[in-house]
Amino acid sequence: MKKAFLINPADNVATLLADADVETIEVIGHGLLALREKIPLGHKAALAAIPAGGALIKFGTRIGHATRAIAAGDWVHLHNCASDYDERSNTLDNETGAPTDTTDAYA
Amino acid sequence: MPETWNGYLRPDRRKGVRNLVLVIYTVECAQFVAHAIGAGQPDVHVVGFAGCYDNAYAIRLMLALGRHPNVGAVLAVGLGCEYTQPARLAGAVRKSGRPAEAFFIQDAGGTAKSIAQGQEIVRRLRAEIDQHTPRVPMGLADLSVGCECGGSDGTSGLAGNPVVGAFFDRLVDAGGTAIFEETVEQIGLKNLIVSRAVNPEVAATLARTYDKAERYCHEVRQWSASPGNFAGGLTTIEEKSLGAFAKSGTRPIQGVVKVSEAPAHPGLWLMDSVPDPHFMQFGYTNPNDSEGLMDLISGGCQIILFVTGRGSVIGSPVAPLIKITGNTQTFRRMAEDMDFDASRVLAGECTIPQAGGELLDLVTRTAAGELTKPERLGHREYFITYKHQDTPSLSAGCRG
Repeated sequence: MKKAFLINPADNVATLLADADVETIEVIGHGLLALREKIPLGHKAALAAIPAGGALIKFGTRIGHATRAIAAGDWVHLHNCASDYDERSNTLDNETGAPTDTTDAYA
Repeated sequence: MPETWNGYLRPDRRKGVRNLVLVIYTVECAQFVAHAIGAGQPDVHVVGFAGCYDNAYAIRLMLALGRHPNVGAVLAVGLGCEYTQPARLAGAVRKSGRPAEAFFIQDAGGTAKSIAQGQEIVRRLRAEIDQHTPRVPMGLADLSVGCECGGSDGTSGLAGNPVVGAFFDRLVDAGGTAIFEETVEQIGLKNLIVSRAVNPEVAATLARTYDKAERYCHEVRQWSASPGNFAGGLTTIEEKSLGAFAKSGTRPIQGVVKVSEAPAHPGLWLMDSVPDPHFMQFGYTNPNDSEGLMDLISGGCQIILFVTGRGSVIGSPVAPLIKITGNTQTFRRMAEDMDFDASRVLAGECTIPQAGGELLDLVTRTAAGELTKPERLGHREYFITYKHQDTPSLSAGCRG
C-alpha cells in the first residue's frame, strides 16, 4: 500500500511518498485514507474536510487557507487553496507551476 | 571515522580544505579570457562581475572570495575600460598575505596574448602556493558549512532539510560554524525564528531581518517560490518556508551576517542576502540558486550544502558543493549529480539523526580532499549581480 507522511499530529494534510491513484493509502502513524483523485509524490492530501476559508495546517503551522471547500482525500494545491501572503502563486498552472500571467511577454 | 584531516593554513591564519588559484574578471568583456586562462585546470577557478559600472556589494563579494580560506592566490583580469579595478582587487587580496596579480587585456594586446600572460601568471602563483602553504591539522571546529535549498519539492521539508538540520546540530556541538540563509523563505514564521535567538538583542535583529524580507517580497511582488516548487507539491510560500527553515536544526541562532561577512564566532548563524532599502533598489534578492551559494561562500564557508528535491546539476567555484535530495525518484534519475540520498529517512530505512551523522561523515571526507559529484563533473556555476547592502564599514551606496 502506498504511503503518506504526517509531520505533526495537528496537521490536516499529509505528504504523498509515492505517486498515487484513486486508491486507499496508509498515512504513517495516522491510519488509512481513501484518495478521491490522483495525487503525485510530494503533493498533499487532505486528512479531513476543510471549509472554504479554513486554515491549512502543516508542520503544526498555518501555511495558507482553503479557497473552496475541500473533502478528506482531496488533492490540496493551488486550485483549492492560497497563501496568506503571495497573490501571484494562484495564477500559476496547477500541474506544472508555469506562469500564466506573463503570456504577453512571449508574444 | 576520525574527524580531523590536513588543511591549508593561510597567512591570515584561516584554514582551507582546497588550495585554489582564483581568476577574477572585472567586467563581462573579460569573461572569455578569464575562463580560457583557467580552462582544464581543476584547481584554478574563475568568478567575475559582468557589469561595467561598479557596485560596492559586488566588489566586497569578489574580495571575500579572493580572501576565502580555500583560495591561496588570485589573478584579477580586466578589459581596461571598466570602473572595477583589477589592480585594486589584487592589492586588497595581497593585504591578506596571499600572492595576487592583475592586468588589463587592452594592455596585454588582445585575446591570445592575454590568455598566454594569464596562464603564465597562474603557473607562477600555483608554484608559489604549492611550495609555501603549510599543511596543518584541521577539525570540525575549524569548519564553516553553509546550506541553501533550491528546486524544492514536498520531500525537501520532510527529509533533505531536516537531515541538514541534524548535521548542523552536530557541527555546532563540535565547535564549528553553520550558516543558513534565504530569509525570503521564512515568510509567516516570524515568531518561530525569533524564539530561536540566543539572546534578546539577537531576537530584535532577527525580527528586523524578517520584517525587511517580508516587506521586500511585498514591494517587488515576488515571493521566493518557483514553478518547479509548485509542480513538486508545494502550494504556498509559508509551506516552503517551514520546510526551508528545518535546515537550521535546533541550536540557538547567534546572529545575522550580511553577504561577504564572516560570523564573529562559531555556532549557528543566519545570513541576510536581501537588498537594503536604497535609492536604486538594485536587483532581486536571490535571482537563482547559484547567487545564493556564492553568498554562503562569501561568508567563509569552506563547504556548502544544497538540498534539492526536484534535482539540480549546479556546482560552485571556491567551495565544494554537496547535493542532497529527499526525493527517491530524483536520486535514482540524477544519480551522477546527487551526493546524498536523504529519502531513506522517508522510506523508514534510517532516522534523521542517523542520516545527519552520515552527512557529517561525507562533509569530513570532502574536507579531507574527496571530490564531490559537482567537483568531479567540473561544475563551477556562479552568479554575482548588482545589489545594495548596508554594512557597518561601507555605506557609500552603489559605488566601490
